[in-house]
Amino acid sequence: MADLTTNVAIDNHLTTADGKPLKAALAAAQARNKRRAFFLVLPLLAFILITFIVPIGQMLMRSIDSPGFILQTDVITKEETPLMVNLGLWFKDNPQGTEPDEAAYTALVSDLIALKKTRAQGQAGTRINYELAGSRSLFTSGARKAAKLKPPYKEAMIKLNKKWENPKLWQVMRSASSRYTGSFYLAAVDRTRDANGDIVRVEENRRVYVNLFVRTLRLSLLITFLTFILAYPVAHLLATLPMRKSNMLMILVLLPFWTSLLVRTTSWMILLQSQGVLNDAMVGLGLLDDANRIQLMYNEFGTVIAMTHILLPFMILPLYSVMRPINPSYVRAARSLGATSWTAFRRIYFPQTVPGIGAGALLVFILSVGYYITPALVGGADGTLISNLIAFHMLSSLNWSLAAALASLLLGGILILYWLYDRLVGIDNLKLG
Amino acid sequence: MANIDADAAFVEFDRVQKSYDGEVLVVKDLNLKISKGEFVTMLGPSGSGKTTCLMMLAGFETATHGDILLNGVSINNIPPHKRGIGMVFQSYALFPHMTVGENLSFPLEVRGMVKSEREEKVKRALDMVQMGDFLSRRPAQLSGGQQQRIALARSLVFEPQLVLMDEPLGALDKQLREQMQFEIKRISDDLGITVVYVTHDQTEALTMSDRVAVFEDGRIQQLAPPNDLYERPDNSFVAQFIGENNKLSGTIKSMDGDIVAVELANGKTMQALAVNVGAVGAKTLVSIRPERITVGSNDGPNATEAQVLELIYLGDHIRCRLNVHGDEEFVVKVPNSAGHQHLVVGETTNVSWDPRDARALDPL
Repeated sequence: MADLTTNVAIDNHLTTADGKPLKAALAAAQARNKRRAFFLVLPLLAFILITFIVPIGQMLMRSIDSPGFILQTDVITKEETPLMVNLGLWFKDNPQGTEPDEAAYTALVSDLIALKKTRAQGQAGTRINYELAGSRSLFTSGARKAAKLKPPYKEAMIKLNKKWENPKLWQVMRSASSRYTGSFYLAAVDRTRDANGDIVRVEENRRVYVNLFVRTLRLSLLITFLTFILAYPVAHLLATLPMRKSNMLMILVLLPFWTSLLVRTTSWMILLQSQGVLNDAMVGLGLLDDANRIQLMYNEFGTVIAMTHILLPFMILPLYSVMRPINPSYVRAARSLGATSWTAFRRIYFPQTVPGIGAGALLVFILSVGYYITPALVGGADGTLISNLIAFHMLSSLNWSLAAALASLLLGGILILYWLYDRLVGIDNLKLG
Repeated sequence: MANIDADAAFVEFDRVQKSYDGEVLVVKDLNLKISKGEFVTMLGPSGSGKTTCLMMLAGFETATHGDILLNGVSINNIPPHKRGIGMVFQSYALFPHMTVGENLSFPLEVRGMVKSEREEKVKRALDMVQMGDFLSRRPAQLSGGQQQRIALARSLVFEPQLVLMDEPLGALDKQLREQMQFEIKRISDDLGITVVYVTHDQTEALTMSDRVAVFEDGRIQQLAPPNDLYERPDNSFVAQFIGENNKLSGTIKSMDGDIVAVELANGKTMQALAVNVGAVGAKTLVSIRPERITVGSNDGPNATEAQVLELIYLGDHIRCRLNVHGDEEFVVKVPNSAGHQHLVVGETTNVSWDPRDARALDPL
């Protein structure tokens, strides 16, 4: 007993038999195992770093780093040539809101001539075009004709194209002449800077992204709810049936999982289109007039139906894994204690499945927020989600910075929801299987 | 001891049969009457139908045929939550997401009891099992024995007349199990409740029960108080299942009142009490308890030679395996008392037993 007390008192200075500090000895004994464990996970770590962390970092960078107006990078030599140097100096000397004077136009013309030499007029124009449509051609034609212009350059330029006078253009050029910009994030929430540099909403007919974010959120919540309603009884059935039967049913749940996503989506197209199986059946049964076939696809309805079906297993499996180990004697105990079957379900069974509901809902919600193929195929104009627009900017408009900004906002939103979930339900209550 | 009277039966199984698949009867023609305040144990090997009987009584299984009566009323069509029967499960079935207090107050809540009354009853029930300090703990924070006590308190908190216990001590270690046996017995006596207890542990059945129903193959083989069951088994199954037992098989040669002469396989004859035998010439199995055999005695009609094959020292007694009448599994317990006979492996000695301690039963 006395020994024990002394030991506790000098807890920090315990030593091994030969006088080494105990902690150091323990660390040395475990070091070898730790090294081996580390080498085992090293390939995975490298894989994640290269294929996940680095691309995400690049994406995040690209959404704020857009040097197209001030730097030209040679594709092969990686050599960087500064562009629009004179205009950049003018912007530095004159604060926001200064009326462009002759000096400004002189700088612009000299820069345009330089652009022509390095053949960078397209690149610089594109960067301006992101924020002010129609600017690319202005730059290409401007660069072509700049060498022939005579002073005073202000008059000459405006004569060449009246757009050069546009204060908005000058505002955009000013913002583009610094390498890092938040303007893509502004664009991603339907905001822009006016000629004075104040943040304003874009014209009504160009407000797309906020609506799409809201729709994505709304549809994802709806799909999550629908999968929950459909999956709960199925998971319960799977968990309570005898093993042999439940395995059979489980195959039915997993079968769509093993089928290509594209095949599943196109089969929904076959079912839902206006000349499709469902409409034909309803017309055949006389429920529907041939002339008034219902539009089941290329709208929100189609997106919701197809995605609910496709994401259903992601809800069933976590629910099943939580329900399977719930001992039937809990409900029996509740019943014997006087609870009706509904009370026993509500007070005893359901609370024990909450971790599964949380996991399934989080899984389905996060998947559907970023879903691409299905809304692209069956969504039409009303049923597309934000990911479709991100893809559009990646593949068609080639405005990668905007795509990156949209994707970053999406990522941020999901992280916030994840944080909220952790605060409300607790992440340790999550059970994926 | 409760008096068994047809009219006073509190719980009654009346020709109850049960089949799960329509091919095999799990319970075959069960008739059982339990009077108020009685502690009845259903004892039997696994698969003998005892748990099924309990589940039918609780209402989780329906009887395929026959009636189950509670207080003279058929409860076949009453759902479990209206039967008012307390139940303790082998897995305890304490609700993991509720505290001990919430677990106990659950049956009172669903009965619409007001909060103050609930709290008082919960406290009283917890004190009864000496767990008053554990009100706000979660089941996962309790040891097995503590969970068992809470499960017991929960089954009693709403003051049921009848409590069913399905192997409630199966998951506990030996010492705790013995302690809980006494506790359950004490509480059930104090409250005067009727208990139907299911177990496969014969010691548990013998120590706790007023009466024990030995189940085998869907039937009650014998329903009797513990001492009768041990000392006067009705048939070979009960004799074998309860306690240790020496078996000698033979043929009935003659009958004289309730004493029969049995001719054994080696041609020798012995006398036994006729309990469950056929006519002269029928096969029988004679059962003798190891502690009823006297070693070194040459008296009585059943004295015979025995060769010592094995000795096992067990402290309070010595277990001797002998060859008696050609049976090499014949076991005798020699008490380790002052001046007891010291046997040596390989020696030949004499053993004898009273004809009334040798029970001639049905052949296996």
